Amino acid sequence: MKLITFSGPPSSGKTSVISKMIRAYLERGTKVGVVKFDCLQSNDDKIYARLQVPVLLGLSGQQCPDHYYISNIEDVFNWGAGIHLDILLSESAGLCNRCAPHIRGIPAVCVIDQMSGVHTPGKIGPVLRFADIVVITKSDIVSQAEREVFEMNVQYVNPRAEIFHINGLTGQGSAELIEALDGYTNDSVVTDNKLRYPMPMALCSYCLGETNIGARYQLGNLRKIKIPEENTGGSK
Amino acid sequence: MTINKYLKEPVESLFAEHPYAKDWLEQISCVIDPGDTLFDVLYKQRESFYVSQNMTARMIARQFEDYLQVMRDMLEQPVRAVKTITLCPGHGKTKEPEQFAPLTFHPGDIIAVVGPTGSGKSRLLEDIECGASGNTPTGRRMLINNETLSKDRKTRTRQRIAAQLSQNMNFVIDLTVRDFLSMHARCWPTANTGGRIERILELANSLAGEKFDMESNVAQLSGGQSRALMIADCALLSHAPIVLIDEIENAGINRRKALELLTGEDKIVFLTTHDPLLALLAHTRLVIKNGAIDRVIQRTKREEETLRKLEAADNKMLELRTLMRGGELLEDL
Ligand SMILES: Nc1nc2c(ncn2[C@@H]2O[C@H](COP(=O)(O)OP(=O)(O)O)[C@@H](O)[C@H]2O)c(=O)[nH]1
Ligand SMILES: [Mg+2]
Repeated sequence: MKLITFSGPPSSGKTSVISKMIRAYLERGTKVGVVKFDCLQSNDDKIYARLQVPVLLGLSGQQCPDHYYISNIEDVFNWGAGIHLDILLSESAGLCNRCAPHIRGIPAVCVIDQMSGVHTPGKIGPVLRFADIVVITKSDIVSQAEREVFEMNVQYVNPRAEIFHINGLTGQGSAELIEALDGYTNDSVVTDNKLRYPMPMALCSYCLGETNIGARYQLGNLRKIKIPEENTGGSK
Repeated sequence: MTINKYLKEPVESLFAEHPYAKDWLEQISCVIDPGDTLFDVLYKQRESFYVSQNMTARMIARQFEDYLQVMRDMLEQPVRAVKTITLCPGHGKTKEPEQFAPLTFHPGDIIAVVGPTGSGKSRLLEDIECGASGNTPTGRRMLINNETLSKDRKTRTRQRIAAQLSQNMNFVIDLTVRDFLSMHARCWPTANTGGRIERILELANSLAGEKFDMESNVAQLSGGQSRALMIADCALLSHAPIVLIDEIENAGINRRKALELLTGEDKIVFLTTHDPLLALLAHTRLVIKNGAIDRVIQRTKREEETLRKLEAADNKMLELRTLMRGGELLEDL
């Protein structure tokens, strides 16, 4: 089974693009399934279910959705392989642009939206920087000049990525994306594989919901600010 | 490219030569003191920086070197000249094959695409935009200089074949005309764009009814002004040899002049239209029916006669509009 990960800011057009791809996959007889990772709530699973494909929805709740994603991807992968999918598409929207769900050797698609402004590519970090493929949506409603500038700014961040313009409403351009994805291995490996970019080292008491302030409430992986001896001052 | 050359120099000079270098370092949250050498910048970061990047300074230097190389290769790719494009038949909505012989077009050609709404006009433009190679729903193929388009995406972005212009497009950016055009010009750092920006504004103003200037905000231009600016920009800054125009009939600009501007810059212009005047400005007219190119019409002598009459009427209309705006009576026709 081939796993393909889609990520990008909220409302950038991920669900629209994936839906168009699902249609094309079904038309050619490919067995395709989807998993959606989100935080609190999502309707995307219903959108996918309407296309009559197997769907999983994972809600991270209080946890960071990227961390939740990486701790669950193995199980999800086994689920897809168990029901004999040819292709499993994963959609996830990170919270803070600090993390990227991209896994080595697994095609990583970053979806960004032309309407978000020409400076956005410079702001969205590892999700874009470590992607294999960048899909730009909503190009239908901006000027040619803005398209070219946006694209250039994407290349500044990730000059090696393949760039596709896809209209999420009509699906225009998705045939080429599918063609490009066909070029990746059909035997994705998840177990013992690695993330391309490390997620922050955390898991302190605040990750677990602590709200109290003070050393006696702090547990786990903590980083402390270095304060030079002579400046510590104050009470002993 | 080797990074060693830059390690001992102030990063300022590196940035002057390669503006994107700064973006890359900022992307990874490098703290930069412009007077520092690259070596100092890389080694002076806080510990938290190396931890968050999960890399040593040496690894970052290597990645940075790689990035500069890839960027330079990309930017310095020569843009290929287009001498001909050829459109080869595919099929219509019900798979019946198109009957026309392959059509070859040259820089400066205008091709009108006509037919009822939903007949497949936009689909044809889409085929041209992506350089179809039998892989689109119509099965059509496009050749550039008698060859199929390169499949290599990494070069294709810079070798874009088509620029687009449609009624739905707007400027969404909040910038002055000057900053906007300068920003677009920077996409082609190796091209000589001197004086281009002034020329674009001048041409845009000659197309639009109402004047605007370098300090106007692009997002606040009127429909006609934005369209005029988009066309002038497509003609002079965009490197794409083909311009695809989707129904701009009511754009409030001088359409003949707009087309002349594009073809004068050696663009090949495809335009979908419901307007006989626009359609007649094209030498070739493709009639679309049920998703297929049903008829290829070369403009006839008698059609040229019709065009002259339509243009006279159109000019009259423009004259009247100017009078009306100026508060005059419209009694003489
Ligand atoms: N005009 C336009 N709208 C789009 C395009 N792609 C997506 N949209 C719209 O953008 C909104 C968000 O899209 P969605 O796919 O739900 O984004 P997601 O949150 O990334 O999954 C929806 O209203 C879509 O209809 C596009 O290419 N052009
Ligand atoms: Mg979605």
